[in-house]
Amino acid sequence: MMEIRTPKTHKAKRVLEKRAPKLVENGKKTLILHGTKTSATVSSVLMELYRLKKGGAIKYSRRNENIRPFESGGETSLEFFSLKTDCSIFVYGSHSKKRPDNLVLGRMYDHHVYDLIEVGIENFKSLLSFSYDKKIAPHEGSKPFICFTGEGFENVQELKQLKEVLTDLFRGEVVENLNLTGLDRAYICTAVSPTKVFLTHCAIKLKKSGTIVPRIELVEVGPSMDLVIRRNRLPNEGLRKEAMKLSKDKPKKKVKNVDQDDVLGKLGRVYIPEQEVGKIPLPDKSKGVKRERREGKVKKNKEEGSASKKLKESE
Amino acid sequence: MDMETDQIYQIDVGNLLAFNPNHRFSSAPSSREELVKECVTEGTKLVQAIADTLFNLPSTETNDGPLVQLPPPTTKLPREKHLPRPKPPTKWEEFALKKGIQKRKKDKIVYDETTDKFKRRHGYDRVNDDNDIPIIEAKASDEPGEDPFAMRLDDKKKRVGKQEKNRLENLKTAAKAGALPSHVQLAVTGLPISGTKTQPKKIGKEALGDVAGLAATSTASGGKFDKKLPGEKPPKKQGKHHKYLPIVPRYGWVDEEKEQTNKVLGKLLSKHSHEILNVGKAINMYNDKKEKKKSGRSDKSKAKKDITKKKPYANKAN
Repeated sequence: MMEIRTPKTHKAKRVLEKRAPKLVENGKKTLILHGTKTSATVSSVLMELYRLKKGGAIKYSRRNENIRPFESGGETSLEFFSLKTDCSIFVYGSHSKKRPDNLVLGRMYDHHVYDLIEVGIENFKSLLSFSYDKKIAPHEGSKPFICFTGEGFENVQELKQLKEVLTDLFRGEVVENLNLTGLDRAYICTAVSPTKVFLTHCAIKLKKSGTIVPRIELVEVGPSMDLVIRRNRLPNEGLRKEAMKLSKDKPKKKVKNVDQDDVLGKLGRVYIPEQEVGKIPLPDKSKGVKRERREGKVKKNKEEGSASKKLKESE
Repeated sequence: MDMETDQIYQIDVGNLLAFNPNHRFSSAPSSREELVKECVTEGTKLVQAIADTLFNLPSTETNDGPLVQLPPPTTKLPREKHLPRPKPPTKWEEFALKKGIQKRKKDKIVYDETTDKFKRRHGYDRVNDDNDIPIIEAKASDEPGEDPFAMRLDDKKKRVGKQEKNRLENLKTAAKAGALPSHVQLAVTGLPISGTKTQPKKIGKEALGDVAGLAATSTASGGKFDKKLPGEKPPKKQGKHHKYLPIVPRYGWVDEEKEQTNKVLGKLLSKHSHEILNVGKAINMYNDKKEKKKSGRSDKSKAKKDITKKKPYANKAN
């Protein structure tokens, strides 16, 4: 016996439609959680990451003992959380003797684990330890610049994967229109060695330059840390191909106020607001404002400056 | 300023992403601060490169500042969820396609002939409202004692039930193809999950009626003389429901019993009777019956037959 269940409120319906698979997707939300044991560094890293990604992240505060991302059975809880919170990226922090200050960055496809990468944190400097002028502090939810330096990101497979995961993590929503005054943060990732990446977060200061393009100055504000690559898991080929598929059709955009007529061809509709005849601004016809008068005055001043009364008299 | 090997950065403006694949660190980054400084300078160069392209894009002025239209991102990143799958056509859509039936847009206001007014199609004071019919004319096929208004309600309920069933079937096929609409969920009801305590199932009206019927018929008189509670309906008849037609037809009415038997005879004696009657099956059934009768009559104390012994061949065809 099957039953059809539909949402009873508009809000519930909107939530379900937001979470449905679409042609153009929403920004990926991040799930931040920690494992059985966490050290002070790991907890602060997770907290600061959550603050950086405030609009699109969910942080769980309890310990999760049954999540082991790299083991085959240990992902079920993660997938369940991902389904419940509609998050497609997760950051799982833990600490153990074998893997101190461990961070697992993972992505989901259809709420199943797509790929994983495990990094160790070294030389962590918290947000609070940086002192800077509060005026340039980046606003919450602003779109960041992301910069990668180093040949490692092109040659080493793990670093390539890390680059992709970090782009996905920091990118936020894909927007069409961007307000240039709202650009105030940048993430800098440098491949120091084939296994180590230096990550830092900076605020942007725009300085005047001669051209339209301002001169950029970066000031370190945010957390900075060294990421040491430990384990990773790449997605299997079939899954990767499916996830990277682009659909050929563009999302349907309704063109309003345009009709096609067989006889007349393409017709458009124009809406004119009601004209209040009593309130139409009339041109200012006062004597002093007329153009001839103004121009005449200007001429007069010019002539007075140069010449003699003779010219004036001859007019 | 010394030029490095290849000053071309890979810039993805849509993502505000820049990648410098060619930077090589001077052999030993001396101290932590030096390293950090170098990273930040390199980062600044990259951000400057992106900003160069960004600020040169055509911008529109708004109240908050210059708005720029970003190009679509060029780095390929995996999707979060699968692409939406196309919905399989419903039974009606297939039928309409086959027959070439076009969808016609219905108006919200329809002309009502009985009151010479324009009324709305659905809702309060609608056209063709079922509750508004004052008189239903009797047809020749109606039996006295039937309530045509109740029959209309029953018909409507049946139609609605059929439509719901069809809707469920359509949703099931869509769910099989992975294209269930996002706001609909198909829930399985009444299925116990092994190992868990099954919740006490809510008993429906029909089930209660069945149970009441069972309790009633278990009495000595078969529940005929039980005191009925107010509103309780007479028990549903168990077993086969025969409709016995009147032997003597009413004056002026069709002899239904005769019609029934004629129909059967006609089918048997028609040209195509061999197609209706499966002669082989009929023969087998007859023979089985005969054998059962024979085995039934024999003594119960008789020893069991020895199957290995061959029976003399009996002429089966009669």
